[in-house]
Amino acid sequence: MKIIADTGKCVGAGQCVLTEPELFDQSEDDGTVIVLEEQPEGALIEKAREAVHVCPSQALTLQE
Amino acid sequence: MTTTEFPVTRTCPFSPPAEYAEIREGDPISQVRLPDGHQAWVVSRHEDVRAVLNDRRFSSDRTNPDFPILVTGGAQFRRPDAEKAMISLDAPEHGPVRRAVLGEFTVRRMEALRPRIQEIVDERIDALLAGDGPADLVEALSLPVPSLVICEMLGVPYADHDFFQSKTATMLKRLAAPEERRAAVEAVQTYLDELITRKEAAPGDDLLGRQIVKAREEGTYRHGVLVANAFLLLLAGHETTANMISLGTVALLENPDQLAAIKADPGKTLDAVEELLRYFTIVDIATARLCVEDAEIGGVTIRAGEGVLALGYSANRDPRAFEDPDRLDIERGARHHVAFGFGPHQCLGQNLARMELQIVFDTLFSRIPGLKLATPVGELPFKDDAAIYGLYRLPVTW
Repeated sequence: MKIIADTGKCVGAGQCVLTEPELFDQSEDDGTVIVLEEQPEGALIEKAREAVHVCPSQALTLQE
Repeated sequence: MTTTEFPVTRTCPFSPPAEYAEIREGDPISQVRLPDGHQAWVVSRHEDVRAVLNDRRFSSDRTNPDFPILVTGGAQFRRPDAEKAMISLDAPEHGPVRRAVLGEFTVRRMEALRPRIQEIVDERIDALLAGDGPADLVEALSLPVPSLVICEMLGVPYADHDFFQSKTATMLKRLAAPEERRAAVEAVQTYLDELITRKEAAPGDDLLGRQIVKAREEGTYRHGVLVANAFLLLLAGHETTANMISLGTVALLENPDQLAAIKADPGKTLDAVEELLRYFTIVDIATARLCVEDAEIGGVTIRAGEGVLALGYSANRDPRAFEDPDRLDIERGARHHVAFGFGPHQCLGQNLARMELQIVFDTLFSRIPGLKLATPVGELPFKDDAAIYGLYRLPVTW
């Protein structure tokens, strides 16, 4: 599984970072998403799914 | 069939008006009548609310004359000659303006504020405990904490808090006379206009100062835009969190088992905050939109020119999205609520709000374990008439 982030769509709400700071961070400059780990494993897979679900701008997708 | 009049006043502090569930379970996308006589659509299910709020065919431009108006005399928190705040901008103008300040509100930046927010909360509780009680928690804690925090962040003198708090309260009264609301808006805009003019001469190390410096470097600085956004941040930065502090305190005191759970394990407080946000959904009015291109939502065609109210409070009590939605359950761990809105305008300050609420509840209940209401819930002055729900006063004792 791979996490794809569309920074053009990202609105910097930080919901993904709140969900899993091991997978996501935000740019200090404009607050948009930075994916720290593109290919989550184990328990982090569920966290990635949750981040996709709570993202307000559908900037995150998962490539299975 | 009679057409429901909107907005519907809350009659119980802990549950949405009965009309919300009737609409959601009966005719989930239906027409209602607004105070000015215009019709608008209400969208009531969680899935549909999220769809509307994340769809470019629904505009946030509150200056458009067709935008649905929920308060007497118009909800425009701006002088006619003023710039639009980012809350009223659509793509593609919206993104760059929001991104210009987003760096100030990241999860990491908010975490860096934690020690200072803790200090502010401790000082207010020290002051509260210096008296014998009863005391009004709104005045002692709920309003000062977020006001102090947003003032320090923005670089607005806290000494002026009586001024902007009272003007904000007037603006948010749904039934205030239009000229009274307009005067309040103008007073705060004039105040920020002058404050920002002074900052332009000597930008300090605060959010407004940094915005001036950064935008000048990029050649994009516009005084009026900063005034408009400062207005939004100041208003949204204190009034919303203040009301959630008051309501959350009441809800936790009324649900002692849940309060006991967070006292036993402060690791649960953030989940409790999330649940309280869902449970009260204090801002319903910000999620109105104007359809600017025909769109089908939940099988219903909404036409360009029609107003839409995306009912966050109904969405957050939608059984399709939340099991047993009317139960306050701090263990729920559900973060897909829309209390902060959804889509490109989702609350910019949400992570500041979360942190303030977490620190306040943890500190309040650990330092004052005997805290209790000094007035029965049924007699408390809830803000039934305000655009942002909350409490005018909250007498407590200990």
